Amino acid sequence: MTQVLSPVDAVVDIVGVTMEFPGVMALDCVDFRMYPGEVHSLMGENGAGKSTLIKVLTGVYSATAGDMHLAGSKVSFSTPAQAQDAGISTVYQEVNLLPNLSVAENIMLGREPRRFGSLDWRAMRRRAAELLEGLNLDIDPGSLLGSHSIAIQQLVAIARAVDVNATVLILDEPTSSLDTDEVAELFRVIRTLKEQGCAILFVSHFLDQVYEIADRLTILRNGRLVGEYRTEEILKIDLVQKMIGKEMASFSELEQRHRESEEEIAGTGIPFLEAKGLGRRGAIRPVDFSIDEGEVVGLAGLLGSGRTEIARLLGGIDRADSGTSEVNGKAVKLTSPRKALSKRIAFASEDRRGEGIVGDLSVRDNIALALQIERGWYRPIAPKRVTELAQHYIDALNIRPADPHALVRNLSGGNQQKVLLARWLAVAPRLLILDEPTRGIDIGAKAEIQKLVFNLAENGMSVLYISAELEEVLRLSHRVGVMRDRHMVSMVENDSLSVEDLLALIAEGSEDEDEKDVVA
Amino acid sequence: MSAQLRNFTGSRIFWPVVILVGLVIVDVIAFPGFLDITVKEGHLFGAPIDILRNGAPTLLIGVGMTLVIATRGIDLSVGSIAAISGAVVSALLLNSPTPDNPWTVVQAVGIALILGFILGVWNGTLVAYLKIQPIIATLILMTAGRGVAMLITEGQILTLHSKPFEWFGSGFIVGFPVAVVIAAVVLILTMLVVRRSALGMFIESVGINPEASRQAGIRSRGLLLGIYAFCALLAALAGLIITSDQTAADANNTGLFIELDAILAVVIGGTSLMGGRFSLIGTLVGVLVIQTLVTTVYIVGIPPVATMVFKAVVVIAVSLLQSPTTNEKFANWRKDRRRPTPTKAIEPKREKVSA
Repeated sequence: MTQVLSPVDAVVDIVGVTMEFPGVMALDCVDFRMYPGEVHSLMGENGAGKSTLIKVLTGVYSATAGDMHLAGSKVSFSTPAQAQDAGISTVYQEVNLLPNLSVAENIMLGREPRRFGSLDWRAMRRRAAELLEGLNLDIDPGSLLGSHSIAIQQLVAIARAVDVNATVLILDEPTSSLDTDEVAELFRVIRTLKEQGCAILFVSHFLDQVYEIADRLTILRNGRLVGEYRTEEILKIDLVQKMIGKEMASFSELEQRHRESEEEIAGTGIPFLEAKGLGRRGAIRPVDFSIDEGEVVGLAGLLGSGRTEIARLLGGIDRADSGTSEVNGKAVKLTSPRKALSKRIAFASEDRRGEGIVGDLSVRDNIALALQIERGWYRPIAPKRVTELAQHYIDALNIRPADPHALVRNLSGGNQQKVLLARWLAVAPRLLILDEPTRGIDIGAKAEIQKLVFNLAENGMSVLYISAELEEVLRLSHRVGVMRDRHMVSMVENDSLSVEDLLALIAEGSEDEDEKDVVA
Repeated sequence: MSAQLRNFTGSRIFWPVVILVGLVIVDVIAFPGFLDITVKEGHLFGAPIDILRNGAPTLLIGVGMTLVIATRGIDLSVGSIAAISGAVVSALLLNSPTPDNPWTVVQAVGIALILGFILGVWNGTLVAYLKIQPIIATLILMTAGRGVAMLITEGQILTLHSKPFEWFGSGFIVGFPVAVVIAAVVLILTMLVVRRSALGMFIESVGINPEASRQAGIRSRGLLLGIYAFCALLAALAGLIITSDQTAADANNTGLFIELDAILAVVIGGTSLMGGRFSLIGTLVGVLVIQTLVTTVYIVGIPPVATMVFKAVVVIAVSLLQSPTTNEKFANWRKDRRRPTPTKAIEPKREKVSA
């Protein structure tokens, strides 16, 4: 849609690229261009095909069809090494370097300068120092990489990528674990590189950051190209609409409904679960906690503040070593997930891949898993009934692809999360514990999940909702528990609480704790 | 029709079946009467029947091994358990005044099977409750088990004379050798139980993601215990068949290396040693491939001492055919041939991402 730039100048020019996986069309005839000296942002929901496009670009996948030109000449990569040799470097979300080596060694790894057949340490340091200086970074090349924060490590990774003579630098969610100052530092480096003529692909879920740094953006949806825009020419609201492909009134509608219902009922007043002095040494200090039927309680706090730990105790994932719990007034011991489930308490872990989905099983088996376990192995649910059940949740939660037989590991993060939610909903829990259910998933799926939580609570289910995004916690919760230092510091009613109020509670009297904010 | 064909060529047992057919063709060329089956006194005889009968103990153990491997485990002790079970049944029958009484045989067989089950519970306890790695946990019984069998036989090879017991190894049921019928019944029953109930899904789930399975409420310890016990029970049954076939219990040689054949059969059948999805039919194909291979060695006239080497060659072939890496390279090679583009030699595999 931009006429000024001709394809001739493009450093990356991809035409009609298609990538097909068994049962999933990940990319469908997508065009994509990047120019030297620009920051380009790739936008789309989870499952839109962003990661796939990046993987095609970096040689991890070979495209099923389509052509790729790099600086005018046709290329096809079958390994990441080939892409790297051609000048495409990638810095991943997880820093992919060796923490027990020095910064200089990490930068030069695999391309160490040699003299008389052995490593030339001095040249190595000098080259590393030059590179860091070129990016205006004040980092001692001799220091251990592991002694620096994640943000610095990421900048080192960028320095390394630049030294490989990158003409194209891909930054995949580089800011997801950085604080504001660190993001500013990263952006400064990005601008320096841009001036040097590097084409930078910046992939992020944070819209504000995209608007701050990106010159142009390409929008994908369901594996198809929606369009290519100059950032300044497209309004945020239009961008979001194009990403999710429908009107986005959900959030404001949600808030409206939340306010309304709050006037009527803040929970039902009938306690479902009450815990007294529940704690576990080394994980969480003893906590009193209660939740009513139909109530949504949010937990707010920094990473490592104990918000996950308390949820794991309530879900029976970890054993408490102190305290008592009551469900409907009867003492219970939540010593295993199985026991918790038998009390109709379901826990959805924040570690989707590690503790949630069973990747090599189908969507349908994943959804039916907990229900089937509850019934016992000797009372199988009829296959037809399982498929119906899966189909029901696929429709209700808008799971894509809408194929009950697709393997869950081939789904995008947001859809995996929905499958996981469906698994717990299928057992009809009375308390649903959601630990970071919206992390790393796109805005459309986020809205759907929050709406779902809201509806569930209206129908009498209790929900314990944990999220790093305070807006989310505030939007959904009737009460908010504030966690700090493995301790619940307060439990507040959410009547017109603001994010600032919550931040103040989280931060209260904790000037000396800034260091702990960023946890890898 | 063509869709079904494509489904089959894409499936994990496609290449093993191709190898099996290939071996049979080699055998038929070398020995045109290879596939002939004759009926003598109502019993079936012929090379294919021999293959089935000789493969029956491996199949029995392979069925148990498939389930164990699907849970990310392995059971090295099956050969020793087979030896113990053979030794126990022999010792009981030799010391019995009435070894030809069917009831005596039933009792002896029952005791041997129960003992096998108990040994499996021991394995399962080490793996599931004491969290010892399966390879180590079952190594204990693999080495100690032969010693136990030796103690039972007092170091002797016990020669048996019990007509009802010999039925296991040399009897026939509706024309088929008893061993084949037993193995077939066990295979079919296991498939029915595992796939018609939710057991198969639980086993795969635990094998793919143990922690997710625990959080979904699976009692994985009980499941593991049961599977190791089942595997050992089948090993004991296989030991009875071997002992009956040889009419002797030899603590040193009964079921020697059978664990390796069973593991091999499972892997050839497409069940990954990393656990997860499993295929009992695949294991059946794997056993047939191994057993046909051994027969082929004899028929083609390769000296029996070279059997192991020959086996290794076929294993390498099957593994390569199934490996995703080779398939990918093969696909790339074909693509390159179709439209020659100057791509460089294939570089080392992609790096793994680690935080």
